[in-house]
Amino acid sequence: MNYNWNWRIFWEQTPEGTGSYFSTLMNGLEVTILTALCAWTVAFILGSLVGIARTLPSRLPVMLGNAYIEMFRNIPLLVQLFIWFFVLPELLPRDVGTWVKQMRNGPFVATVIGIGLYMSSRVAAQVTAGINSLPKGQRMAGTAIGLTTTQTYRYILLPLAYRIIFPPLTSEFLNTIKNTAAALTIGLLELTARAHAMQEFSFQVFESFVAATVIYLVLSGAVTFGMRHVEKRLAIPGFNEGK
Amino acid sequence: MFSNFDFDVIRRSLPYLFEQGMTFTLSLTAIATIGGLLLGTLIAMMRLSSSRTLSRLAAGYVNMMRSLPLVLVIFLFYFLMPYVGQWIIRAERPITVGAYSSTIITFTLFEAAYFSEIMRAGIQSIPRGQVQAGYAIGLDYREVMRFVVLPQAFRNMLPVIFTQTIVLFQDTSLVYVLSITDFLGAASKVAQRDGRLTEMYLFAALVYFLICFTASFFVKRLQARISIIR
Repeated sequence: MNYNWNWRIFWEQTPEGTGSYFSTLMNGLEVTILTALCAWTVAFILGSLVGIARTLPSRLPVMLGNAYIEMFRNIPLLVQLFIWFFVLPELLPRDVGTWVKQMRNGPFVATVIGIGLYMSSRVAAQVTAGINSLPKGQRMAGTAIGLTTTQTYRYILLPLAYRIIFPPLTSEFLNTIKNTAAALTIGLLELTARAHAMQEFSFQVFESFVAATVIYLVLSGAVTFGMRHVEKRLAIPGFNEGK
Repeated sequence: MFSNFDFDVIRRSLPYLFEQGMTFTLSLTAIATIGGLLLGTLIAMMRLSSSRTLSRLAAGYVNMMRSLPLVLVIFLFYFLMPYVGQWIIRAERPITVGAYSSTIITFTLFEAAYFSEIMRAGIQSIPRGQVQAGYAIGLDYREVMRFVVLPQAFRNMLPVIFTQTIVLFQDTSLVYVLSITDFLGAASKVAQRDGRLTEMYLFAALVYFLICFTASFFVKRLQARISIIR
């Protein structure tokens, strides 16, 4: 292969004069992590609410919850991002729309909302599955000792359910990190976007993408490693055994 | 809110959207599903094989693919394939790999990692006794796989495979980053040409929704039928 390897490219300055290529990649990593954390917060809160709603005894919240999941699960993430970024400002009243369009963090906000809602439907499915996997006796016991529905959820069902669904939630969090890469299409300068820009400026195709690949692998490795420790402490004896 | 909507732009671009865009989206989905499933089954068999080297190689491949964002993999393969191709056929200069063939290869290789996890679960769901029975009546490894394990594994995993295909169908929209005219690419080109982002993106969302919703409805029915048989 007659390719000009140049691994020192990372310490060279970018043509934009914003520092070395290495530091732009690190900036990208920062944006990726920050976006993923914010989107995950949205996904976790909304997903928990919707997931709980789908297990309630009355029918209306169940139907609404199901509709919510179908809605966000059946539209590609990219289309959802475009709708939040390009379409929403058009549909708002003119003044608000202009204000939204001029927002400096526009791509970031749209990504957090877009990926947050997209992932919330997956979190909701997990939360529902977790609650439904508990023996029926748990809920009945709660009712029998005179707890209200809210109390039953707060003190009995949710603490158990979250501990059971911790492993799948970890992988949904990893998916959130990976999904942030799609946001480069609406101009979010995250890790993949930075690697792509570096490749364009320096023509060092291999080095740019190999660096991004390694950073993603290390990131997901670190998250997996950390979560496995927490997982062990959270595992409930008698549940999830042998898995 | 919908007062200054131009629904006609959708009607005018329908042939372009579906004949060019949706055709590519669907063929990419079909090729990547079939290719990914075949390759994925091979990887799953490697991973479950008694050879440690093979099994580690397969595990490494699957774990790596599953830790990377698809967008990055699309770029990676698109930019690297010319050099890798040059190296394989010992050409003078980097070979040209078009965006279309590059995405087909990328999606097949990428989805193979996900399908291999599904097939691995499928193969492991077959009781060991069946494999042993196969060996006992004199079949060799290939015959046991071909006639006993894989047909059952495939059938048990059918709903999961279809669900993954729906995910894959949605993921094909990411080829947008290479400016390919898939369904979303076509919609976005019309949207930018006519300045009609709102109509086109909402329409694209509606079409994707209807297809995926209908498909997952049938998958759910299939799942209900299969779970009764077992």
